[in-house]
Amino acid sequence: MSDEFEDDFSGEIKRFMFVNRKAPHGTIYALESLEVVLISAAFDQDVSLAFLDDGVFQLRKGQNANVLEMKNFAPTYRALEGYDIEKLYVERESLEARGMTADDLVVPVEVVDRARMAELMADQDVVMSF
Amino acid sequence: MQFGILINEGPYQHQASDSAYLFTKAALEQGHEVPRIFFYMDGVNNATRLQEPQQDDRNIVRRWSQLAETHGIDLVVCVAAALRRGIKDEVLAPGFRISGLGQLVEIGIQADRLVTFGD
Repeated sequence: MSDEFEDDFSGEIKRFMFVNRKAPHGTIYALESLEVVLISAAFDQDVSLAFLDDGVFQLRKGQNANVLEMKNFAPTYRALEGYDIEKLYVERESLEARGMTADDLVVPVEVVDRARMAELMADQDVVMSF
Repeated sequence: MQFGILINEGPYQHQASDSAYLFTKAALEQGHEVPRIFFYMDGVNNATRLQEPQQDDRNIVRRWSQLAETHGIDLVVCVAAALRRGIKDEVLAPGFRISGLGQLVEIGIQADRLVTFGD
């Protein structure tokens, strides 16, 4: 799939941001967002992830999805580094509103305020929001 | 300008699919191009020909098929999201095809703008 694509568009690199706004297990948005993120890594694009609103819960430590009989995908965020996806931005206001800090998260992230988040989004070529 | 369209919600339940249709139609009428529409998450439910809406309502699935035929739009349904929801080749309406998420990333790179319609 990607081989054919790379022949056609070789060299073009766009800035992709995946915006995660929903809690991890109440709906499927977080899981299916992560699936696009992993695919995008195969295309050698400049990929970043943003977490805001209830999306910050996706990175919360100590999740136990098994009691919900849901797929436990939180460990996948720790594997993103292996896909060269290292830019994870978390909105400070969203963390604070939920009584959380960066220490509560399963991966190292860059905490940014809402104004900086807006700048980061404005810098992107493609923003997908889930 | 060339637009890629991403639809993440199913028909009737949510307005996203209607809004995407109206946006696409308006863009085409103004001379823009829409080479591909990608259906993801519950958006894959836009692709099944088994739907039978009431007679006095819009037929969302047929509307997509007709738009695709008239304007040569590539209607792509995500395979992983589709299999999860029971959408397979044998139920696809005309103009739809099932393929991978790479098709979404590809149109993101190729198009001038990718517009998401979701919740």
